[in-house]
Amino acid sequence: MKKIEALIRKTQFEDVKNKLHDAGVTFFSHWDVTGIGNEKKGRVYRGVSYSTSAIERKMLSIVVNDDFVEPAVQAIIEAGGTGNIGDGKIFVLPVEEAYRVRTGEKGGDTLN
Amino acid sequence: MDTALFTANNVWMMICTALVFFMHMGFSLLEAGLTRQKNTVNILFKNFFVITVGLLLYAIAGFNLMYPGFEEGATGFFKFAGWGIAPPEGGMTAAYASGGYTWWTDFLFQGMFAATAATIISGAVAERIKLEAFMLLAVLYVGIVYPIVGSWQWGGGFLSSWGFYDFAGSTLVHSVGGWAALITIYFLGARIGKYDSDGTSNPIFGHNMPLAAGGVLILWLGWFGFNGGSVLSADPAVTSLVLVTTSLAAAAGGIIATVFSHILYKNYDLTMFMNGVLGGLVAITAGADQMSTGEAMLVGAIGGIIVVLAIALLEKLKLDDPVGAIAVHLFAGMWGTLAVGIFGDMASTKQFMVQLAGVGIVGAFCVLSTLILVLSIKATIGLRVSREEEIGGLDDAEHGMSAYADFSVSKK
Repeated sequence: MKKIEALIRKTQFEDVKNKLHDAGVTFFSHWDVTGIGNEKKGRVYRGVSYSTSAIERKMLSIVVNDDFVEPAVQAIIEAGGTGNIGDGKIFVLPVEEAYRVRTGEKGGDTLN
Repeated sequence: MDTALFTANNVWMMICTALVFFMHMGFSLLEAGLTRQKNTVNILFKNFFVITVGLLLYAIAGFNLMYPGFEEGATGFFKFAGWGIAPPEGGMTAAYASGGYTWWTDFLFQGMFAATAATIISGAVAERIKLEAFMLLAVLYVGIVYPIVGSWQWGGGFLSSWGFYDFAGSTLVHSVGGWAALITIYFLGARIGKYDSDGTSNPIFGHNMPLAAGGVLILWLGWFGFNGGSVLSADPAVTSLVLVTTSLAAAAGGIIATVFSHILYKNYDLTMFMNGVLGGLVAITAGADQMSTGEAMLVGAIGGIIVVLAIALLEKLKLDDPVGAIAVHLFAGMWGTLAVGIFGDMASTKQFMVQLAGVGIVGAFCVLSTLILVLSIKATIGLRVSREEEIGGLDDAEHGMSAYADFSVSKK
């Protein structure tokens, strides 16, 4: 079992979600995050110029069995990429155990 | 005068009174919208304080301070006609005010104006003034300074005998509030985070644009009463002209401020659009009954440009005015007053000099009065909340409340 954490553009979220579904990954969590990075956007408010280094992205948290890792990662790369700097990052982490709260069973089957 | 006409005049003046009252909602929403969520209860509280206390003070002393009935030949600088309000003989008949309105209408219409001066201060000092300091300042300013200045012109004092002209109060209402706002924020200092130690200026975003936009549109509506009622009767030709000049100036001020701000900053800033509309309204207020349609648009348009420039100037001077109150009410107010000497039926060099003198004298008196009030408050109860209170928000620090307890907004 592995956990895939992915930071992607908000604009790519729908595409990534659909591609993950196609790859057989049908459940995962996601939330809006704000991070700091190299990207800066020049803006003006009431005549005051400023640049924001606060970058808004979507964070996905996906736990899958090992054979789904490669297809899921490929799905995110394919659908999440625009070719521009700031498309995001993907991290793959080991997962020690998984439990299903309803039944108490554990192991890879709980992810199906 | 025929009773029907007297009644019609009085009804119009009461409608205008209600419209000016409604402007307090406009100010409340605008100030709330252009400041941060954590200070919303505080802003609304101040606006409630200003309209309630302002009206009571006007009943107790303000009206009689502003309309004391100066004697023939007196300098007309200060006179007090006594405490409380009671209609004079014939105050309810057409004999009073040439049949334009009753004495009661007169009191309430003027009373609705009075509170506006402190409301202007409220926006500029938002997000860091101590509530009690603001309340004290508002009481003294609306109770004493505003009616004394008003008596010089509308009460028949020395400015009116000089031939100074301020139709509905570009100077007497808007600049009076604007001067106090300017002096107060100078001593109050900028909000934490507004300017870095190296001098860089940071934006502090208003938290609710729909509220701010609604506020501005309500203010425009209220201005039909503010200027329309300043005709002091329902005179068909003059009232309709005034509504037209008022609206054209507002429209021109908004558009030109937006275009000008786009040329300077390359963006379409809604808050500049809104401030431009208000700048146009404030600018036309001194001469709304004197201008042709073209002149009204020009006065409003220049008002819009002045607002954008004044916002930039205050920013450069590190004077932090969260809602643009000083740019709108002081700068556009001075411009509108001077414009009576440049455009319209009264334009002449002599008139311009009188307008300039009026602007200068009112300014000097307001600056001096505010200096005394603000420095006394600073030395006694203090002007500003603590750093912790400011960062945590005045809603929590001063009121123990939250404006949007369990309300949340979706993030795109």
